[in-house]
Amino acid sequence: MLLLTCPYCGVSADETELSPGGEAHLKRFGPGSSDEDFEGYLFMRHNQKGVHFERWRHTYGCGKWFLAARCTASLEVFGTYSAQTPEPPKEIIEKIQAKRPDWSLT
Amino acid sequence: MRHYSVFAIVKEAMGYHQGWERAWRNPTPKAHYDAIIIGAGGHGLATAYYLGKNFGITNVAVIEKGWLGGGNTGRNTTIIRSNYLQDPSAAIYEKSRSLYETLSQDLNYNIMFSPRGVIMLAQTEHEKRGYLRTAHANSLQGVETRFITPREVKELCPIIHLEGPRYPVLGGLWQARGGTARHDAVAWGYARACSAMGMDIIQQCEVTAIHRENGTVSAIETTKGRIGCNKLGIVVAGHSSHVADMAGFRLPIESVALQALVSEPIKPCMDVVVMANTVHGYMSQSDKGEMVIGGGADGYNNYTQRGSFQHIEETVRALVETFPMISRLKMLRQWGGIVDMTGDRSPIISKTPVENCFINCGWGTGGFKAIPGSGWAMAELMAKGHSPLADEFGLNRFREGRFIDESVAAGVAH
Amino acid sequence: MSHRLPQGGRLIDKTRTVSFTFNGQKMRGVAGDTLASALLAEDQMLVGRSFKYHRPRGIMASGAEEPNALVGLGRDARFEPNQRVTTTELFEGLEAQSQNHWPSLETDIGVVNNYLARFLPAGFYYKTFIHPRPFWKYVFEPIIRQSAGLGKAPKDRDADRYEHFYAHVDLLIIGGGIAGLQAALAAGKLGKRVLLIEQTAHWGGRAPVDGIELGGKSADAWIAATVAALGKMKNVTLRNRTMGAGVYDHGYALAYERVTDHAPMVDGPRHRLWRIRAARIITATGAIERPLSFAGNDIPGVMLASALRDYIVNYGVAAGKCIVIATNNDDGYRSALVAKEAGLEVAAVIDPRPAATGDLIEAARSAGIPIKQGMAIAEAQGGKRVTGVKICAQDSDGSTGEVIACDAVGMSGGWSPVVHLWSHCGGKLIWDAAQACFRPDPARPPLSHDGEGFVFAAGAADGHATAAAALASANAAVGAATGHAITTRLPKVAEAVMGDLAPIWIMPARANIQKRAKMWLDFQNDVKVSDVQLAAREGYESVEHTKRYTTLGMATDQGKLSNINGLAVLADALQAEIPAVGTTTFRPPYTPISMGAIAGEARGDIFQPLRRTPMFDWHVAQGADFEPVGQWRRPYCYPRVGEDRHAAVTREINATRGALGLLDASTLGKIIVKGPDAGRFMDMLYTNMMSTLKPGRCRYGLMCNENGFLMDDGVVARLDEDTFLVHTTTGGADHIHAHMEDWLQCEWWDFKVYTANVTERWAQVAVVGPKARKLLEKLGSDTDLSAEALPFMAWTDAKIGGFEARVFRISFSGELSFEIAVPASQGLEFWETLIEAGAEWNITPYGTEALHVMRAEKGFIMIGDETDGTVIPQDLGLDWAISKKKEDYLGKRAQARSFMDNPDRWKLVGLETLDGGVLPDGAYVIRAGRNANGQNNVQGRVTSTYYSPTLDRGIAMALIHNGPDRMGEVVNLTDGKGGQIKARICSTIFFDPEGEKQNV
Repeated sequence: MLLLTCPYCGVSADETELSPGGEAHLKRFGPGSSDEDFEGYLFMRHNQKGVHFERWRHTYGCGKWFLAARCTASLEVFGTYSAQTPEPPKEIIEKIQAKRPDWSLT
Repeated sequence: MRHYSVFAIVKEAMGYHQGWERAWRNPTPKAHYDAIIIGAGGHGLATAYYLGKNFGITNVAVIEKGWLGGGNTGRNTTIIRSNYLQDPSAAIYEKSRSLYETLSQDLNYNIMFSPRGVIMLAQTEHEKRGYLRTAHANSLQGVETRFITPREVKELCPIIHLEGPRYPVLGGLWQARGGTARHDAVAWGYARACSAMGMDIIQQCEVTAIHRENGTVSAIETTKGRIGCNKLGIVVAGHSSHVADMAGFRLPIESVALQALVSEPIKPCMDVVVMANTVHGYMSQSDKGEMVIGGGADGYNNYTQRGSFQHIEETVRALVETFPMISRLKMLRQWGGIVDMTGDRSPIISKTPVENCFINCGWGTGGFKAIPGSGWAMAELMAKGHSPLADEFGLNRFREGRFIDESVAAGVAH
Repeated sequence: MSHRLPQGGRLIDKTRTVSFTFNGQKMRGVAGDTLASALLAEDQMLVGRSFKYHRPRGIMASGAEEPNALVGLGRDARFEPNQRVTTTELFEGLEAQSQNHWPSLETDIGVVNNYLARFLPAGFYYKTFIHPRPFWKYVFEPIIRQSAGLGKAPKDRDADRYEHFYAHVDLLIIGGGIAGLQAALAAGKLGKRVLLIEQTAHWGGRAPVDGIELGGKSADAWIAATVAALGKMKNVTLRNRTMGAGVYDHGYALAYERVTDHAPMVDGPRHRLWRIRAARIITATGAIERPLSFAGNDIPGVMLASALRDYIVNYGVAAGKCIVIATNNDDGYRSALVAKEAGLEVAAVIDPRPAATGDLIEAARSAGIPIKQGMAIAEAQGGKRVTGVKICAQDSDGSTGEVIACDAVGMSGGWSPVVHLWSHCGGKLIWDAAQACFRPDPARPPLSHDGEGFVFAAGAADGHATAAAALASANAAVGAATGHAITTRLPKVAEAVMGDLAPIWIMPARANIQKRAKMWLDFQNDVKVSDVQLAAREGYESVEHTKRYTTLGMATDQGKLSNINGLAVLADALQAEIPAVGTTTFRPPYTPISMGAIAGEARGDIFQPLRRTPMFDWHVAQGADFEPVGQWRRPYCYPRVGEDRHAAVTREINATRGALGLLDASTLGKIIVKGPDAGRFMDMLYTNMMSTLKPGRCRYGLMCNENGFLMDDGVVARLDEDTFLVHTTTGGADHIHAHMEDWLQCEWWDFKVYTANVTERWAQVAVVGPKARKLLEKLGSDTDLSAEALPFMAWTDAKIGGFEARVFRISFSGELSFEIAVPASQGLEFWETLIEAGAEWNITPYGTEALHVMRAEKGFIMIGDETDGTVIPQDLGLDWAISKKKEDYLGKRAQARSFMDNPDRWKLVGLETLDGGVLPDGAYVIRAGRNANGQNNVQGRVTSTYYSPTLDRGIAMALIHNGPDRMGEVVNLTDGKGGQIKARICSTIFFDPEGEKQNV
């Protein structure tokens, strides 16, 4: 039973209050994009065993979507941040690197 | 290979069973193989077995980072059925089911295939129409199924409660020749047969890199050294993305935890497998007497082989509602496995962007029942470049928008 | 023979007799007994049969680790199989039945397996029962199933109730022994919110039995004082009879409280499942004694030395009159001393260590107990009870030796810390060679969300063998868990000094195969030393292989007694070190917990939330036949007396088309989309253009997902320049709203739009039929509802019959139809008003089936019937609803992929049978020939099929390959019985193709 903090309402929420939404920071490809780009956007996933940037919604709370950096192997949560963030914020990356010096954003 | 039989047991009993030989050899890897399979789970071992049996390719190594059969092969709820809706699915699952029928004899290893029958309960009008449709489709696919009445459901499974206040049973899709098998034995039986054909099963050997030359696979790097190969099959449920990454391509896969549990053993009370998709739960009774229960998968990426208790709770709640007598049984053990979910929840048996490198993955929650058929198709694909059973399950379907969507009829449980 | 002692028993009250039955035989125990102690007091040594060989089984342990003594408890709706007698508190009238035998416990036919044991080694079933093929299913498997299993299956619906508790604490302490109590005291004094749970009914664990003094007092006195002190702390909660069942991610833990198992006469839930969020957890779960592996170690009367001691000290019950203790460690001597003090004869202590010395050994010697050092039990003798042991040198093959007569044997192979709860969530173990046990590795604890370890072990669970070390570790664990310096004083401990154990895994060391085939490792599942060695020989070398091949540790005790011994035997067979072999994974729960407790209160009517429309009670009163639609229940039809479903639906449709029908459409999803960019957003959501919709007008629209598939449809009304009201399908309301929020928050966050799901704020009624307008006129409206003022696909606010309403001129039936929304609180009153006023036109409420039939007669699609997640709007001939002008909408790019942007697809048409019959649900359209996999080719399928009362014949819709180009063609369909039916391809619109009825 994961515990994540909603960055909007500040609540530390059980995962039963939340809905997972898959990989974060996907770039949408619409009409006119190449088949490869569109397939990549819709289906191809990093699916890391390790640090994973992902979407969650505080469904049974404030209703807001937010993003989280979480390790899929240890389940450690490095931080949560606004869904209106095109790429992982610097402070989250620093936080991860402080704990895992070998890690870098791919 | 020492032939297994009751006579062999009697003979060995005289010497207190001190004379049995190893079921499979424990070889050191050779420098090069015609084919390497990464992953000694059921699917990987079956692939190797049919490469040898159907195509005479026996210079094969199966590389396993842990112990053979130690992934989802040994963690599932052992249900075997082929009552799928879409043609490609019905074809491969029915091929698989029919191979299971004679697998004990083929392998000379009792995998305890028990065609006790599978009922998928219809608990809403919509679900009922879906299963009626599946029955029609199955009749054309050569899959023997039938939609049965609530009364027939009750006769086949007396412990079921038909008149639940919320989701009364409106009937069910019945596959009499579906059933269960002993999951570990499937891996062990294939391993023993592969070893007997001269194939090398190399356990405790982790693949660390995949080498390519001019876009063609040439060798793998492992914790036991570099091993060359002409062809490579990646069959590593739960780690598919990770190994594909070594070969330089991405997959339309997310890995999530799926959970199951068993009760304490009781005397026989349930002779069929029942799946209740509206309430998300399925149950059968093992030969040992445990009620074997499977439920839903988490929705988030997870490699820990354990999951959240909430899914256990939902499943048990659903099954207490469907089978009220289990309320006074006790949960003995719960566990999790990592399953690969694809974009359309159907598997991938495919060529890859790397020449001579093939992948078999994405079985989601339904892999065990597919083991023989999947191995059969994968072996054919690796040996001949295509396979009628595998062709529809190519990676290209995501780009083309040509999906094989079973959720149409099957709800959650695969 | 086992018996009640004249004195002793710290937990019992001999003045209060408690009657119970075992296999129908009346027996008597005393208050405070467990069922185990009461059975032993009655000399009931034989309590069950083993799983595989049906060997006689007696009580082996005194706690949760008991593998043998399982019984069925209670009867009928309160029957429960597989209850451990050692953890069952005795109560008046308890009924117990032994298990896994036929016809009786004493005479069990299944014991034939025992005589065949030589032919039934580990994994024998993998090697045989292979031929002839059908025999597995029809002969062998039924026999095996009947022989396996343990208790009988309960038959009835459970008469008891269960509940869930929720707790949020700073510190959960699992285990109420002295370490747990000390930890609670230390944490309590820090002001932390503490929950301390103990699985038994008693606090203090083993310390009182071991005769330890704490703070100059007896352990009992210190425990009582500590519990009293904790009871006064408001921040500390104590619960006994509450077991730590599982530790899950991020500090989630389950506890299992057996509330009334010991007192079924008391009103209350039987079990309570605690769902605990703990910032930190301390496992003070103690240790479990290991058996020794010698031949015949499974005979009733052979038990753990600690259990033998527990029964004497706690319950005043002796397992025998003449005792032999076999031990590889000093603690076993405690049992010998306790037995001696209780006046029993202690025939010998058999200690394989050649020259061990220590306080306890000396005490035993002074007490006159014969001590056989360097010796081993070559075999225990006896059948249904032990009669003696043959002893030999440990360093021998055991072929010769003297026999010591005895009627009970206590064995001790050392202690294994209970590391289960530490391990559940990923905590790792290290091998402690000195004590020959695995204990928690503090460097690799389970990690919480913050990446920090959240479980800390204390006491014997952390590998501390003495009380002093256990108490000190409790303070240390609290310090580590809280980050505070702990100043809580530790009591002064007076206890014996102990020497080292000898890691003896089988005795004697050179026992031959005959002996090894009689050394039990897993007593319930009948796994012996020889089985593990066989597994290793055959290549099942991984500990998981061995476990699965032999079933070692897979019984209901989950290997609490067998795992380490089995592991050691395996390591020896592989010539490997024990830590290199590793352990199997510890999985929750610690001991089995009831399914009832897991399900909690959610059963029957409250199994899942039930959503009701404001008119729900009216439907019930009318005897509606309901169907579940998501969490709603909607009337399928309203059968009258003597009517079946078919007749009712036919009547409802005829009445509606003929005059007036009424549908409760409140479940329809209603979502407000509002803001300056609402039109822009709607254009992305829908395939058609919504931004051009005029206020006051409605438009039918299609919603696709990003993958191109049709996911929902419905009518959109523009309320004003800034505001749209989106109608979704009943099942779609919540997920479509979530879908909108997803796109607004995560992709188009620059759009100035907000959404609100107002589904339950409104009751919605469809007034349908030629008399619909007449009915509204009769009620009186402040707004002109004429065809001119309120044309088809328009909406207006109106006051109708005094109700503030919003009226939509939309139709899903092809009839003149007004969908009228009123505030939910007035829904029922409005509905009743309509019913009353419509009586003159025979107003008829209709259900979902009539709704479906009428829409099918008109060729309107239904999400979930014509669509199934694989259908795109183009397949359904809905190209008119796909804007060509828009650059983008959700699904547009997907629909340009090669497989979708292809005219060669299955497309929607109507089907009519040649004889007017009704096509079966789900029928497929057959094409000649077979595909590469030998399957019959298909070219389409029926999506909806009904009997149309309006046309008095069958109608259907189907997706057929190039269907619209094949009008009039006759195709063959499956009939569901192995045959075929012919049907003609026709238009999807079967009734009123010009739409004359709805446009009036």
